[in-house]
Amino acid sequence: MNSFDYKKEITVDAAVKAAADNKAMFLAGGTNIIDLWKYNLTNPEKLIDINDVQEISTIQLLENNGVRLGALAKNAATAYDPLIEKKYPLLSKAILAGASPQIRNMATDGGNLLQRTRCYYFYDPDVPCNKREPGSGCPAIQGCNRIHAILGTSEHCIAVFPSDMCVALAALEAVVNVTGPNGDRKIPFADFHKLPEDTPHLDNNLEKGEMITSIDLPPNHFSKNYAYLKLRDRHSYAFALVSVAVAFEMDGKTISKARIALGGVAHKPWRVPKAEELLRGKKATMENFATAAECILAGAVGRGDNDFKIPLAKRSIIRACEMALYPESQIPGAGPSL
Amino acid sequence: MENKPLIGQPLSRLEGYEKVTGNAQYAAEYNIPDLLYGYVVNSTITKGKILSVDVSDVLALQGVVKIFTHENRPSLAWFDLQYADMDAPPGTVFKPLSDNIIRYNGQPIALIVAEDLETARYASTLIKFVYEEETFNTILSQNLDKAREPKIGMSTPLKPPPPKPTGNFEQAYASAEFKTEAKYRHGTEHHNPLELFATTTIYEGDGKLTIYDKTQGTINNQLYVANVFGLKYKNVRVLAPYVGGAFGSGLRPQYQLFLCVLASLELKRNVRVTLERKQMFSFGHRPQVIQSLRFGADNSGKVTAMNHNAVGETSAYEDYNEILVPWSHKLYPAANTLFEYKLAPLDLATPIDMRAPGGVSGMHAIECIMDELAYKLNMDPLDFRLNNYSEIDPSTQKPFTSKELKQCYKKGAEKFGWHMRNPKPASTKKGNRLVGWGMATGIWDAYQFPARAEVILTKEGRLEVHNATTDIGTGTMTVMTQIAADEFGISVDEVSFFYGDSKKPFSMFQGGSAITASTGTAIVAVIRELKKKIIKKIKDSPNSPFKEIPEDQIVFRNSGLSVKKQPDLFITFQELIKANKGKEFKAAKLAGPDLLKLRKFSKATHSASFVEVEVDKDLGTITVTRAVTAVAAGKIINPKTARSQILGSMIWGISKALHEETLIDPNLGKYMNANLGEYHIPVHADIPEMEVIFAEENDGLINELGVKGVGEIGMTAIPAAIANAVFHATGKRINDLPIHFDKLMGHHGY
Repeated sequence: MNSFDYKKEITVDAAVKAAADNKAMFLAGGTNIIDLWKYNLTNPEKLIDINDVQEISTIQLLENNGVRLGALAKNAATAYDPLIEKKYPLLSKAILAGASPQIRNMATDGGNLLQRTRCYYFYDPDVPCNKREPGSGCPAIQGCNRIHAILGTSEHCIAVFPSDMCVALAALEAVVNVTGPNGDRKIPFADFHKLPEDTPHLDNNLEKGEMITSIDLPPNHFSKNYAYLKLRDRHSYAFALVSVAVAFEMDGKTISKARIALGGVAHKPWRVPKAEELLRGKKATMENFATAAECILAGAVGRGDNDFKIPLAKRSIIRACEMALYPESQIPGAGPSL
Repeated sequence: MENKPLIGQPLSRLEGYEKVTGNAQYAAEYNIPDLLYGYVVNSTITKGKILSVDVSDVLALQGVVKIFTHENRPSLAWFDLQYADMDAPPGTVFKPLSDNIIRYNGQPIALIVAEDLETARYASTLIKFVYEEETFNTILSQNLDKAREPKIGMSTPLKPPPPKPTGNFEQAYASAEFKTEAKYRHGTEHHNPLELFATTTIYEGDGKLTIYDKTQGTINNQLYVANVFGLKYKNVRVLAPYVGGAFGSGLRPQYQLFLCVLASLELKRNVRVTLERKQMFSFGHRPQVIQSLRFGADNSGKVTAMNHNAVGETSAYEDYNEILVPWSHKLYPAANTLFEYKLAPLDLATPIDMRAPGGVSGMHAIECIMDELAYKLNMDPLDFRLNNYSEIDPSTQKPFTSKELKQCYKKGAEKFGWHMRNPKPASTKKGNRLVGWGMATGIWDAYQFPARAEVILTKEGRLEVHNATTDIGTGTMTVMTQIAADEFGISVDEVSFFYGDSKKPFSMFQGGSAITASTGTAIVAVIRELKKKIIKKIKDSPNSPFKEIPEDQIVFRNSGLSVKKQPDLFITFQELIKANKGKEFKAAKLAGPDLLKLRKFSKATHSASFVEVEVDKDLGTITVTRAVTAVAAGKIINPKTARSQILGSMIWGISKALHEETLIDPNLGKYMNANLGEYHIPVHADIPEMEVIFAEENDGLINELGVKGVGEIGMTAIPAAIANAVFHATGKRINDLPIHFDKLMGHHGY
């Protein structure tokens, strides 16, 4: 860990102003940045502690009947918030599928969007990695890539974005509110994270010095039929190999609106609106789910160890869609049920 | 009040309070004054040479005291033999910083010593090594052509080569009515005890050191330090009062000990070196192993032919051996056997024993192929084992000192409800889940090493017991106290066991499930010696009420002396001391196995595990829903700590079968998941309710206590039982561990 300046700010304005330097970083829950720092994977020269910025730490009902998550609301507090449990149970379920209770108690909602990949190569400062050191290469493509991406990859990077919470936020079409040197703006969730392309060192479309202040959940009718299915190498405390968030609005046995997002398969939560359209107005049958699954996985490419993710993702989508019809039978931990 | 017999009582750990309150101090927690901190720098290439080292940026850093590399390492002991610890395999011991050769990725190549840990760690990012890289081999499956016979060395008697062939395997296999062959692959595993390897060295001056070290053998490390650094044995004291797990990784002195002592002697300062979690992957590990088996049976369901061939990984500089292949012939009396074991040297660190080394990997293969053969014969897997049951050891034709495996099968099967099993694979469904039941046999050796113990009946009437053994978390301290208290007729509160200290009387390192038998037997022997001394003294003293009592009538109980048929004649230990003019009584004794007697017997612990799994029919996710293990391991001194040992090894068995593996990048030659986030061991959600049963096994031959050790046996049957249960659930045999769902994905249509 290098030497650095530390500053605590208590307002958004002051924090954004303090972060004007190039080498400044915000500290929220610290559940990722501190690890990265200890391993010499990041070395900010200035740390702006925003944990005491009260104005962005609450969860509140919006006038449009949606909900606003303050960027500093804790993951655990969000998952167990009565508003969220009632209106967006999919989000609760996704959050609780991630990390451990201790980490969820520390981690913030804004920070969750900004966590770095868990690619082995990114975490090892002694090997090449285009995300860590642009232009150095990507050993994962020919290496241990069982956990890596099958969709939207580039020849420069096959890392996956590890969040569970964000998979639900993508399905729920959240909007990210940010502020920065050039003022406030709203970023639709689908545009927040980016694909690696030839700039894999950038995980998202935040501008320099910008800070997430809150995340808005629009009103919807997805609180009855939803599922979050997470497949991993142990039943808790492991990142998703494949995860699926499904939300349906049902009209009897007909799907009137569908949202499906995948985690563990790409550099961002993966959504294919075309597949959701395919399900609109269709009966909730395994055949229709399978058609949507094929559409979502179109263009998927395996790199060897992760070939299995393609059939697994398809089967997971079908199962998650089925689970969404019977949310009451879902077991804690987001494992496969039924 | 009458003392209860203590052997067989489920005492809680006597040091438990210290541990859960954080008062127990581990090697890295001795915050002595004037302490310097060392941080180890590891090689970032896999094979080659260091051409140059640039330390200029590091030296410019405030707080850096010294940088040790191969360029400035002081000259030390020259001969390999002086570096050879008690557990050193044949070959050339790795000598840190002794030259510029890189033998494996992560090899320690420098120690940075600073006034605080943060500075030392930051400094490690500023040191620059220029390497010349060479091509390397790290993947066993790609290097099977390099397999050769293991070298012979000092450790060969403990790990002998496979037994010679019996009968004619090829002929018998060719003509067997039922036969099956299969290949089994195991990846690398790292021990990862919770406590990181660490050493705190206190520089006492005049070539004298006190060393707090994470180790399984205080004397082993004392001898190593003294030999390597040319110090007098009596001037090197190694202490390990608490050890936060080790599982074999602490059987040999690890490199942080060497580097810490080196720095302390050179700087004449107190130094601490602690490894990070990532560095816990930079020395010994359970090796990659590839096993090929062919088993044949006749019409009556008797195994007639067994061939077990294994190739294990070792380093380029030492020949690490495991006992992998001969186990089947200690269980099943086939007339024709062929066992082969070879090593392929790779550019990796030398492997080291890891809980049930060899046994757990070998038994996985053996008990899976037995399951497969049972299906070919259309026999119930348990009936098949019973049909091939042997009361004697078929490989030596000698009787066992005791063998209650049949009881394990019976009690385990009853508890589990095995008789309800529908043998047909994929026959039981629960929603989208397929339910499978599997079983397997476990076996492990019953070792006993020589050990010396010293006892003192103190002036206060307390019993002190001294032995150098560690307690690596197994409950040794509690168990030894129980044994001593029972033998001496004193309460547990009045016994103090002093251990984890090289100054104490001899103990081997704590491995092989041997310490209860080794130190325990020595304690019994020395207390008997002490009792003899006391009896002699008391019978010789004038006016003693015991004068006319025959020696064999005098008993020790209720913290005093009494007479068998005259319980009223009683003096307390305090009164005894008073009668002895306030002087304490002392005895010391070395005890070992009775080799002459035991030569005529085979010895082993046995177990049987029964497991239920649920496998999702579409997604392949595997959940262990029930597990029962019945163990026959002689006398159980403490059912509570023994049960914990079995539970721990069952969990590890689940981990080996379903979770853990260290991934090696074939192009970089290094471990890629060197952290506990990505090196997956089970969490609570993976572990079901588990049952442990101890079979009653009275062994009057093996040692005075009739104990065999329980550290490893509980693990040996679990991986095969799980793999067999997965087969029963799905109809698919996955022989590569761990069984992840990508491996099941390759098998569509179950």
